[in-house]
Amino acid sequence: MEKTMRFSGLAALVPALMAGLPAWAQETAEAAPASALDSGDTAWMIVATVLVMFMILPGLALFYGGLVRAKNMLSVLVQVTGIAATIMIVWVVYGYSFTFGGSESPWFGGTAKLFLKGVTATSESGTIPEYLFIAFQMTFAAITPALIVGAFAERMKFGAVVAFSVLWVTFVYFPIAHMAWDANGLFFGWGVLDFAGGTVVHINAGIAGLVGAILLGKRVGYGKDNMAPHSLPLAVTGAGMLWVGWFGFNAGSALGAGTLAVLAVLNTMTATAGAVVAWLVIERVLRGKAAALGAASGIIAGLVAVTPAAGAVGPVGAIVLGAVASAVAYWFVAVVKVKAGYDDSLDVFGIHGVAGIIGAIGTGVLASGSFGGQGYAEGVTMGAQVWTQILAVAITVVWCGVVSAILYKVVDAVIGLRVSTEDEREGLDLTSHGESAYHN
Amino acid sequence: MKLIIAAIKPFKLDEVREALTGIGVRGMMVTEIKGFGLQSGHTEIYRGAEYAVNFVPKIRLEIVVADGLADQVVETIRSTARTDKIGDGKIFVLDVEHAVRVRTGETDDDAL
Repeated sequence: MEKTMRFSGLAALVPALMAGLPAWAQETAEAAPASALDSGDTAWMIVATVLVMFMILPGLALFYGGLVRAKNMLSVLVQVTGIAATIMIVWVVYGYSFTFGGSESPWFGGTAKLFLKGVTATSESGTIPEYLFIAFQMTFAAITPALIVGAFAERMKFGAVVAFSVLWVTFVYFPIAHMAWDANGLFFGWGVLDFAGGTVVHINAGIAGLVGAILLGKRVGYGKDNMAPHSLPLAVTGAGMLWVGWFGFNAGSALGAGTLAVLAVLNTMTATAGAVVAWLVIERVLRGKAAALGAASGIIAGLVAVTPAAGAVGPVGAIVLGAVASAVAYWFVAVVKVKAGYDDSLDVFGIHGVAGIIGAIGTGVLASGSFGGQGYAEGVTMGAQVWTQILAVAITVVWCGVVSAILYKVVDAVIGLRVSTEDEREGLDLTSHGESAYHN
Repeated sequence: MKLIIAAIKPFKLDEVREALTGIGVRGMMVTEIKGFGLQSGHTEIYRGAEYAVNFVPKIRLEIVVADGLADQVVETIRSTARTDKIGDGKIFVLDVEHAVRVRTGETDDDAL
């Protein structure tokens, strides 16, 4: 087990590096070197994969479902489920290859592993089977476009949602995941600290959501009708499930069951606790009452913020990171969004985008040993690390923003983005799916 | 016979039912309703979005009694449902022409 001792986020990515080398599988076949498989690591990564799946269904689906009006409840459940299932298929067909296919390009994983070509049940990725690495990464690819649903909820055509998601993972998610996590990737080469996908998953989804909310326009009746969440109990239940599942997301990103995974577990607790307390205190002070939706929002803000930091900062630094991200996200959803006038229905940008950016940059600061973090690579200063983090955020924002806008326009031209005004008023459950969530 | 319709605060329902049973009322119809009177509703805030809730939840009671009991019923509801705060509700009294008990066919006062 000594070889699984890892001390930095970069070291954790060594298995990804190995997966990125095309020669690896062939060598295994020809020379048959001693297997590096570790049953403990493998067992944990199976659990982590299932935990991330639990984040999508029922976690994210219920969280979003509870936040929309009753007439759109099922549409959100179907969108999240439909996107996740579709992207799982896409992942096996070309997504894994485009991300971890072994190409030396900093942007693109190549086509060597289309349909998982060359991968067998005995292929290894670090200390776990490559099939397990594929399954774990599959859940990340599946949840990210499902996160975007919250931004254009209650008004987009189901076919357009699925078509956009397929295009979006192809041209935004796979390239940026390759940049961040593949050994040849651009961010990876720069030494960007992104432990579990702050840029790849949360900033990415947040920006795509913001662009979508702006391009689709406001929901009919926005600012006039009562659009209060139809079931906060379901939303808080979903947020709680996300918190549980996130241990698979963050601690699983250690790709093994070593000390790094345990650090990520503790950080995922403390950062989220800090974020929840911060959100509730701010609401109590500014609004007079601490709210259930505030508690759920704090959970998400903290989890998002600690995602890039989980293996890089210390447990006390994580509290600060969560609290700061929560405060900025609160200001964004309660003040900035209202003034700016765009309708990000469930605050995908306000929470995932904003807390994701705070998390990514904050990781550069709090990774410092003087804040109890795990320290930087040799010869890297805090200033240099923060600058690297900012560059990675900037590239993600620009790439995702521009490409997402183009993809929305393409889908709009081909099948149309929005449902009709009458359908929107009646609710997507009946008009898009022919069902009602609740019967009196 | 009189029909007494009362809108009261939901948490007062059990107390009112008990008091009315005590003075000999043997049946009532209860509905959950929303409405507004002098009480103007309240504001709810969800992340930055504020919504005015103009209709307040109330309980609507419908009670039919013999003429002689009507005043006592009204007074009992008034004294039991009262909290002295705005939004305690209203009571209306109407004449009833005819009543029939479905099971036996008894009519009017006998049917109550």
